[in-house]
Amino acid sequence: MTYIPHTDADRQAMLDAIGAQSMEELLKDVPVRVRFPRLNLPPASTEMEVWWEMNGLAEANVDVNHCACFLGAGAYNHYTPHVVDYVLRRGEFYTAYTPYQPEISQGTLQAMFEYQSMICQLTGMDVSNASHYDGATSLAEGVLMALNATKGNRKKVILSPEVHPQYRQVVRTYVQGSDVSIIGDENPKAELSTLKSLLDDQTAAFVIQNPNFFGQFEDVKGLADAVHAVGALLIVVADPISLGLFQPPGAYGADVVCAEGQALGIPMSFGGPHLGIFATRNAYVRKMAGRLVGETADADGKRGYVLTLSTREQHIRREKATSNICTNVGLIALGAAVYLATLGKCGLEQVARLCYHKSHYAASAIAKLKGYRVNSQAPGKPFFKEFVVKCPKPVDAINDFLLDEFDIIGGYDLGRDYPHLKDHMLIAVTETNTRQEIDDLVEGLRQAAE
Amino acid sequence: MNIPDDLKYTRSDEWIRVKGDEAEVGITDYAQDHLSDIVYVELPDVGREVKAGEVIGTIESVKAAADINAPVTGSVIAVNEPLPDSPELVNKEPYGQGWMVRIRLSDPKELGTLLDAAAYQKYCEERG
Repeated sequence: MTYIPHTDADRQAMLDAIGAQSMEELLKDVPVRVRFPRLNLPPASTEMEVWWEMNGLAEANVDVNHCACFLGAGAYNHYTPHVVDYVLRRGEFYTAYTPYQPEISQGTLQAMFEYQSMICQLTGMDVSNASHYDGATSLAEGVLMALNATKGNRKKVILSPEVHPQYRQVVRTYVQGSDVSIIGDENPKAELSTLKSLLDDQTAAFVIQNPNFFGQFEDVKGLADAVHAVGALLIVVADPISLGLFQPPGAYGADVVCAEGQALGIPMSFGGPHLGIFATRNAYVRKMAGRLVGETADADGKRGYVLTLSTREQHIRREKATSNICTNVGLIALGAAVYLATLGKCGLEQVARLCYHKSHYAASAIAKLKGYRVNSQAPGKPFFKEFVVKCPKPVDAINDFLLDEFDIIGGYDLGRDYPHLKDHMLIAVTETNTRQEIDDLVEGLRQAAE
Repeated sequence: MNIPDDLKYTRSDEWIRVKGDEAEVGITDYAQDHLSDIVYVELPDVGREVKAGEVIGTIESVKAAADINAPVTGSVIAVNEPLPDSPELVNKEPYGQGWMVRIRLSDPKELGTLLDAAAYQKYCEERG
């Protein structure tokens, strides 16, 4: 599609049709003082000067290319192979808008089909949609689907306090104004056994994060049975990298798996665009929001791809739909698909192993430091790539010291969300952190405590 | 267009076949034809108490989604279990295998407010 600006003749034809002499006359109802205000801009700069200015602004940021990063809490510094960006920047993918006549865009459909297939393998689920905006909105869609799948008869959703605090806020935003009640996380220390006791025949969904927000694995044995016994759905928020090494939610009975897919080769980009992974069981495919690409054969028997379930919210189900989300992040989903295809099963497992071992190396060294304690809020629970550190000083003070003296981006201040975890820091270690960086972090923490 | 004489009809295009105090409900030939290929049917839970005119389910076709309305007040005593897996039955046999729910009537007088075949035929012709 070519971009053609209006010509003077076009403008004149439109003015003639309206019956105005000029643009000024057309705008005469706009008060004079705001009609053509003086913008008080500096003189025009050259391209080179603009580049200097923008580059200066960009360099004022603290970023992971110039600092060691131990900040996670939902967005992670994993390595992105260059092939991901190479494929994304191909014009056929990069410039395409959402396919409104989908079957003509076979390449886009095939890419989405492969993304969905890999997400199903990774999560152990039957079906994946073509993505949502991010992990938080994906979870909110999962909750809406559970409410809808239980035919709107159930009004209770149990949310573990160890689900990402911002995800819980987004879920509440989605159901505000309805008569749905979100319970479970009003006690920030509530454990799984306590949450399970809240299950009843009014419960539509039971939501956990695994590994949880603190990076620890939940004891999920028997959980799905307990949730299903009351007719509710088990929704699991997962870390996709952890699924390269650990049991997927599909294997322990999850009905919906939601995940933030940023870890799969997508840059952190100051918070977005990220990727909302959403997978579920066949039984709920008609209740699922978003779109679904399928493989079929054309009239000549050749393989082809179709939009098996289009964005029905938009033009079929409308007000009867589970959700009113019509859009997704196709390009980012493609990036995740290229990442997964590049790493393969062994590569993903290797990334997960590196995260696991490096984080455990860091945790054991920090645990030996005077004044620090590791995972003291829930001792003995296994963890993946993040862990909680109880600090001898406020987290802000320690992080300032780490950045100033060691060029280290420290951990997340858990006191912001969990009052009982004041002076507790959530540290993430990925495959990108070298042993030297980890040793520097340990030394930095030691000095910060003095 | 097929409009059997022995059934009663609603202005929202459901049919009802009364046997004693029980009634079978589906959507009409006119309705299935206008919706075209039906791809999904959501049915209510057995045991649900419904009021005449209340939405008790949804039919989704390749073109649109439509409500299923209860023609009468009563309780749902059965639903056509195979239907969600074989929604094409609604297109093939709207008055037979494509039935949707069975309701035990709580107020048989309501039947008097429904259309007979001739009145429904006229109603369909008016809409074209």
